[in-house]
Amino acid sequence: MGRIVLDQVSKSFGEVEVIPPLDLTIDDGEFTVFVGPSGCGKSTLLRLIAGLEDTTSGHIRIDGEDATNVSPAKRGLAMVFQSYALYPHMSVRKNIAFPMRMAKMSQEEQDKRIDAAAKALNLTDYLDRRPGQLSGGQRQRVAIGRAIVREPSAFLFDEPLSNLDAALRVGMRMEISELHKKLDTTMIYVTHDQVEAMTMADKIVVLQAGVIEQVGTPLELYRTPRNVFVAGFIGSPKMNLIEGAEAAKHDAHTIGIRPEHIDVSTTEGLWQGTVGVAEHLGSDTFIHIHGVPGCEPMTVRTDGEFGVKHGDTVYLTPNLAHLHRFDAEGLRLE
Amino acid sequence: MARAATTQRKALNTALAWLIGFLIFFPILWTILTSFKTEAQAIASPPIFLNFDWTLENYSVVQERSDYMRFLWNSIILAGGSTILGTMIAIPAAWSMAFVPSKRTKDILLWMLSTKMLPAVGVLYPIYLLFIQLGLLDSRAGLVIVLMLINLPIIVWMLYTYFREIPGEILEAARMDGATLKEEILYVLTPMAIPGIASTLLLNFILAWNEAFWTLNLTAVDAAPLTAFIASYSSPEGLFFAKLSAASTMAIAPILILGWFSQKQLVRGLTFGAVK
Amino acid sequence: MATQHSRSAARLMMAPAVILLLGWMLVPLTMTLFFSFKKYLPLRGDSVANGLEWVGFANYARFLSSSSFWPSVQATLIIVGGVLVITIVFGILLAILLDQPMWGQGVVRIMVIAPFFVMPTVSALVWKNMFMDPTNGILAHLWKAFGAEPVQWLSQASLPSLILIVSWQWLPFATLILLTAIQSLDSEQLEAAEMDGAPVLKRFWFIILPHLSRAITIVILIQTIFLLAIFAEIFVTTGGAFGTKTLSYLIFQRVLESQNVGLGSAGGVYAIILANILAVLLMRVVGKNLDA
Repeated sequence: MGRIVLDQVSKSFGEVEVIPPLDLTIDDGEFTVFVGPSGCGKSTLLRLIAGLEDTTSGHIRIDGEDATNVSPAKRGLAMVFQSYALYPHMSVRKNIAFPMRMAKMSQEEQDKRIDAAAKALNLTDYLDRRPGQLSGGQRQRVAIGRAIVREPSAFLFDEPLSNLDAALRVGMRMEISELHKKLDTTMIYVTHDQVEAMTMADKIVVLQAGVIEQVGTPLELYRTPRNVFVAGFIGSPKMNLIEGAEAAKHDAHTIGIRPEHIDVSTTEGLWQGTVGVAEHLGSDTFIHIHGVPGCEPMTVRTDGEFGVKHGDTVYLTPNLAHLHRFDAEGLRLE
Repeated sequence: MARAATTQRKALNTALAWLIGFLIFFPILWTILTSFKTEAQAIASPPIFLNFDWTLENYSVVQERSDYMRFLWNSIILAGGSTILGTMIAIPAAWSMAFVPSKRTKDILLWMLSTKMLPAVGVLYPIYLLFIQLGLLDSRAGLVIVLMLINLPIIVWMLYTYFREIPGEILEAARMDGATLKEEILYVLTPMAIPGIASTLLLNFILAWNEAFWTLNLTAVDAAPLTAFIASYSSPEGLFFAKLSAASTMAIAPILILGWFSQKQLVRGLTFGAVK
Repeated sequence: MATQHSRSAARLMMAPAVILLLGWMLVPLTMTLFFSFKKYLPLRGDSVANGLEWVGFANYARFLSSSSFWPSVQATLIIVGGVLVITIVFGILLAILLDQPMWGQGVVRIMVIAPFFVMPTVSALVWKNMFMDPTNGILAHLWKAFGAEPVQWLSQASLPSLILIVSWQWLPFATLILLTAIQSLDSEQLEAAEMDGAPVLKRFWFIILPHLSRAITIVILIQTIFLLAIFAEIFVTTGGAFGTKTLSYLIFQRVLESQNVGLGSAGGVYAIILANILAVLLMRVVGKNLDA
C-alpha cells in the first residue's frame, strides 16, 4: 500500500509562498519523480510529504487517512537523504537496525531483515564497519538498507545520487530501479537531473517555482510538453526554441524542435548557419550552430562520424512531424 | 606553513618556545618543588632549585591542620554536581537553539551570556539572605545550584556551538526512522556530540572547581571546598612557604592531573567551542 | 526548517534553562534594588522582618560621593583593560610561535595551558608570597642578583602586580583560542600573498590579523565577563588596599565588612549599570561576529 494524495497543499515560509496550493495523486506502487531546477520547491514538497515540514494549508492523505498533522515517525514512510544521513557512531548493522529498534521489533526479526537487506544490497561484508569507512556508493546502499527494513508504505528519495561521481550514479540509478521492480512499493524521487527522471520514472512531476508544470510519463513529456518550460527542461540536449518570423510561419509565437529532429547537410537545407562548436562523443555529434534566425545557437544531433569543424557552413532541415508550437503565454498549441 | 622549515629554524623555534613555556609554567613547578622542601630551605638565599632534602613533612602537617579529604570531597561534589546538573538542563536548550532556531535564538543566547556579566557582589547580600531563609547556607546543595546557575550560560553556549556542527539531516533521518524526541536526543544527538559534551563537561568542571567568590562567601565549614581550604592560608601562615606550597599543590593537583589525561578534549573545551 | 510540533517542543525544552536564569537574575536584582533605597545596617538591628527605613536616593548619593568610588571604577577599568591588552598581544605572539614547526610541541602546549587550571586563590597566594615577597620572593632574589633594590610589589606597584597575576592566569586561554584560529588559516592564502610579494609584516597585518578578528572578539568577550568578576586575587593579595579596590571589591567591603547593605546595594546597582553598558557594547560587536 502507498497511495499518497495531496489536496490543495501549500507552504509558505513567513511571507514567502514557496508552494501555492497544489493537487497531486501518487498511486500505489508508482515510481514518481519530482524534477525541476534548484529552488523550485521539489525538496520542500517531499519534506511536506515526509512530515519534516508543516503544510501551511491543505491536506495530505496516505492510504486514505489524513496524515497532515501526523508526526514523521508515524507516517510509515522511509526517506533516503542527499547526504545519506547515516549515524556515524553506529556500525552499518546498527544503522540498518535503528528504525526496527525504534519500532521495538524482536531481535530475531531484526537480524532476519538485516541479513536479507545486506544480501540484496551487497553489504554483507561491511555490516560491522562504520559509515566513515565506506565509499560513497556503499553509504548510499546503507541508507537504502535502513529504509527498506522498515517495509514502509512509500520511499522518499531526496536527490540521493547527487553526491556520487558520474559512473557510480548510473549504476545506482539502475539498482534503485531494480529495487522498485522487486519491492513494488511507491517511491517518490526528487532530482534536478532530467536524465534520472527520464530513465527511472513511471510518472514525472515537473515543478517550477512551486507550481506543477506538467505531470506525465517520461515519453508523454518528451512528445507533448505542455509548455515552453517543460519543453526546454525535458530532453538532452535541450530543445531548440525559435521565436519571430520563423515561428510565425507556423502560426505560433514560439516553435520548438529537438536537436535529434533536425537533419544536417553540408549542401542544402531550410536554414543556413555556421558551426560554432562541434562536440564529438563518438556515438553522436552535437553541433552548435550560429546564424539561424530566431535561435542562437541552434543545437543539432547527428551521427558520430559527421565531420564538420568550426567555421564550416551547414544547412539544416527540421523534421516537421516533430515540431512543437507554443503560443505567446508559452502554452502548447495543438 | 606547509613548507618544511630548515632544521636550524626549527631548532630556534623549539628553544624559544620551550623557554617561554618553561617561564609560564615556572610558578607551578616552583610551588610543587617548594612543597617538598623544609621551611628553611624554602626561603634559602639564593633559592635552591633541585638539590634539597626531599621531605613529605609539609603534606602531613597540612593534612593535620585541616582535613584535606573533606575539602577535596566537597570540591568534587560541587564541581561535579553543578556541571552534570547544568549539562542536563543545557542539552535540551542547546538542541532547541541549534536545530529549531528562530529569530530570537541569538538574542536568547546573548541574553544568557549577559547574565554572566551581572556583578556577583551586586546580588551577594540578597542571595545570602535567601540562603539563610532556605537553610542553604554552607550546604552543598545550595552551592551546587549557584555554581550550576553561573556556569549554565557557558554550558548552553558551548553545547550550542558543538551541536550546530551536527547536520540536521541526521536528526531528521532519526525522526523518519520512528525515533521520538527523547530517543533522537538520547541515541543520535548525544552520542554524536560526545567529544563536544566531554569538552564542555571538563571545562565547566574546572571553572566550578576554581570558582572563588560564591564558594568563599557562602560556605563556612560543612560545604567548604578547596578554594576555602587554601584561602585559610592567606596570612600569616602564608609566610611558611613550604606548607603553603604543599597546600597549594594539594588544591591544584587533581585538576592538573585531570588536565594532563584529557588534554585533547580540554584544548577543545578551552576555546569554549567558539573557534574551530 | 521545522514543524509546529518541533517548535513547541523546542520552546518546552528551552524553558528550564531560561526560567532558571531569569529567576537567578530577577529575584536577587529586585532585592538589591529594594535594599538600595533603604537604610539597612544588620549590625545595628535593622532587619527585613522589622521593616526598613526608606531613604530614597541617599545611598546612591553617598556611594557616588564617597572618595573611593571613582578610583574604584578607574581601578576596574585599568585591570580589565591591562589584562586584555597583555593577554591579546602576548597571546598572538605566542600563538604564532607555537604554530611554527618545533620539537615537543605537545609538552610546550601543556606548560603554556597549565596556569589556567590553577585556582585563583592559589595563584594569588603563590605570587604574593613566593614571587612578590620583598624579602624571600623569587623576584626579590632576582633583583638582588642584579644588585637592585627589591620592589615592594604589592604596595609600590600594586596595580601592575595584580595585572601580572591575572594576565598569567588568562594568557593560556587567549593563546589557545588564537592558536586554534591561526591553525585554521588557509595556508594557500599566505602562500598567495607571498607570491604577490608581500613581506612578513604585511602578511601579518593584512592576512593573519583580519583572520584573527573573530577569535580576538571572543577572547575579549569571555575574558571581560570573567575579569569584571575577579575577586579572590584581590581578596588574597592586597585586600583592596594600595589602589587595587575595584568596584566589585568596594561593594563587597560595604556589604560584608562594614555591613551597610543599603549602601552596598546602591553600589551594586551602579556596578550592574556599568556591567550592562559594557555588555551592550560587547554584544553589539560580538553579536555581529558570532554569525560567521
